[in-house]
Amino acid sequence: MTTTLEKPRTQRPALRRSGDWARRAPLLPALVFLIIVTQLPFLGTLVISFMNWNAYYPDERGFAGFDNFARVLTDVTTREAIVTTIVLTVSVVLISLLLGMLVALLLDRAFLGRGIVRTMMITPFLVVPVAAALVWKHALYNPEYGLFNGLLTAFLGPNAPQPDWVSTLPLTSVVAALVWQWTPFMMLIILAGLQSKPLDVIEAAQLDGCTNLQVFRHMTFPHLRQYLELGGLLGSIYIVQNFDAVFTITSGGLGTANLPYTIYQTFYNAQDYGRASAAGVVVVIGTILIATLALRTVSSLFREEGSR
Amino acid sequence: MTATVERATKTPSELAVAPPRRRRSGAMLGVVAWIVGILFVAPVVWMVLTSFHSETDAATNPPSLFAPLTLDGYLNFFGASTGASPWPPLLNSMTASILSTVLVLILAIPAAYALSIRPVRKWTDVLFFFLSTKMLPVVAGLLPVYLIAQGIGMLDNIWLLIVLYTSMNLPIAVWMMRSFLAEVPVEILEAAAVDGSSLAHTLRVIVMPIVLPGIAATSLICFIFSWNELLFARVLTATVAQTAPVFLTSFVTSQGLFLAKVCAAAVVVSLPVLIAGFAAQDKLVQGLSLGAIK
Repeated sequence: MTTTLEKPRTQRPALRRSGDWARRAPLLPALVFLIIVTQLPFLGTLVISFMNWNAYYPDERGFAGFDNFARVLTDVTTREAIVTTIVLTVSVVLISLLLGMLVALLLDRAFLGRGIVRTMMITPFLVVPVAAALVWKHALYNPEYGLFNGLLTAFLGPNAPQPDWVSTLPLTSVVAALVWQWTPFMMLIILAGLQSKPLDVIEAAQLDGCTNLQVFRHMTFPHLRQYLELGGLLGSIYIVQNFDAVFTITSGGLGTANLPYTIYQTFYNAQDYGRASAAGVVVVIGTILIATLALRTVSSLFREEGSR
Repeated sequence: MTATVERATKTPSELAVAPPRRRRSGAMLGVVAWIVGILFVAPVVWMVLTSFHSETDAATNPPSLFAPLTLDGYLNFFGASTGASPWPPLLNSMTASILSTVLVLILAIPAAYALSIRPVRKWTDVLFFFLSTKMLPVVAGLLPVYLIAQGIGMLDNIWLLIVLYTSMNLPIAVWMMRSFLAEVPVEILEAAAVDGSSLAHTLRVIVMPIVLPGIAATSLICFIFSWNELLFARVLTATVAQTAPVFLTSFVTSQGLFLAKVCAAAVVVSLPVLIAGFAAQDKLVQGLSLGAIK
């Protein structure tokens, strides 16, 4: 089958075929390993999503048809989790993209200690996510001894307001902690984009009397677009799956339970395997929508690199 | 302060061209960049500072910035008060991260070779297949993995995590290594083939020295992702194979005055990632963008 598609070459067919396999051989271990470890479990999830299977009621195991999906999609908890996931992902990605772009623009110019500032900016991304979430929860947000309320007291005196950040603004608290961790990621990608922009053209435009704003709007921003897309889509893939921050800061309470956390709950605590799997399938379908876009963006960057 | 920043921004050509107003606004933006950088690093600085304070100094309101420094937080974290030692989880994390990184390299380097230097046909399709597996949410395959592991008695076994972390990082490593291997000049390889060198010999003598920095960067990034992973470890391990992030989740609920201890824990667990990350700083963006950005 494969030989018919091959470009005509001078070798004899038998030789050519063995050459093909010699080329493929180094690839196969990785490919086989990945298919077994990542694709087969998902097939398992797909099968279980059509089954009535709760580990607490082992006798009732059987085929359930679309019942799990009906339950998942009509259930208030899941619907809330879907909304939470979307709100969480969109707000974290957009805010960190915007901040990341602003910081990248600041860092794209020469100033004293640029390297130090760049290193300081990367640091939040290099704190283990669970550790970062713990620090935000206990050392920053805590209403009695957290840094935020401590600073309020320090600057406004003993009568300063002392809000309980996590209880009053639960989702915002999670978003803020995640934005802090993901802005460096966006900043790095956008900074790479800025540093690859055609400097000669921009210098020419500046000499011709274009204002900085004009240069940004008509030259820098269009060039940055694909980097913004790449950052946004890669960020979305990671943040849609976020578990650490939700688990640590709010333990999924107060309306912050996103889909990964809800699925974890359904499976780990409620032991409802069928329903957890159906929810898993729903997440995968959602992710495929984002992923298709992401793949398209990566492949456009990729083609550009190839044509260079 | 503005004056010093300004001086640094003036390169000779800029001095000649840039009008004074632009130079001053440039210095201002430098100051803004410093302020933003300090704001972003502040929670980390606060974490480190608090970890060296006593529990009572750590929990004051307003905060006591200049309280005396002590190692009590670290001593408490390493079990002086409770007896629960973090060493087994830290060693488990080290084992899982290092061994999975080694496995990833063993699988990814030959694969990347077959996708760049001697590419198979339709190599872009294969490359994108690797990437697409990375986009499948972890949580979607978790249950079957759990059931299979339960069936073959692999729950709470560090090797299960090693296998899963390998699969988690393999696509990233293949993409990164491919982008590094693409820089190897193919003519040299062809010359070697004409001279009758074997594949293994060619790899070892010609390819490896060129791509060694790439291998280093890939390893550091795989190490970071494995070290950080929580969901798999939380679901699939218990007491024996527990990793450092799982150990940290025991600090999720407040336990009275324990802020210094929490911060010490966060510092200790983050230290390997901070070291690996700063070491890979220049290649970080290439890894995070899967090699799409150089």
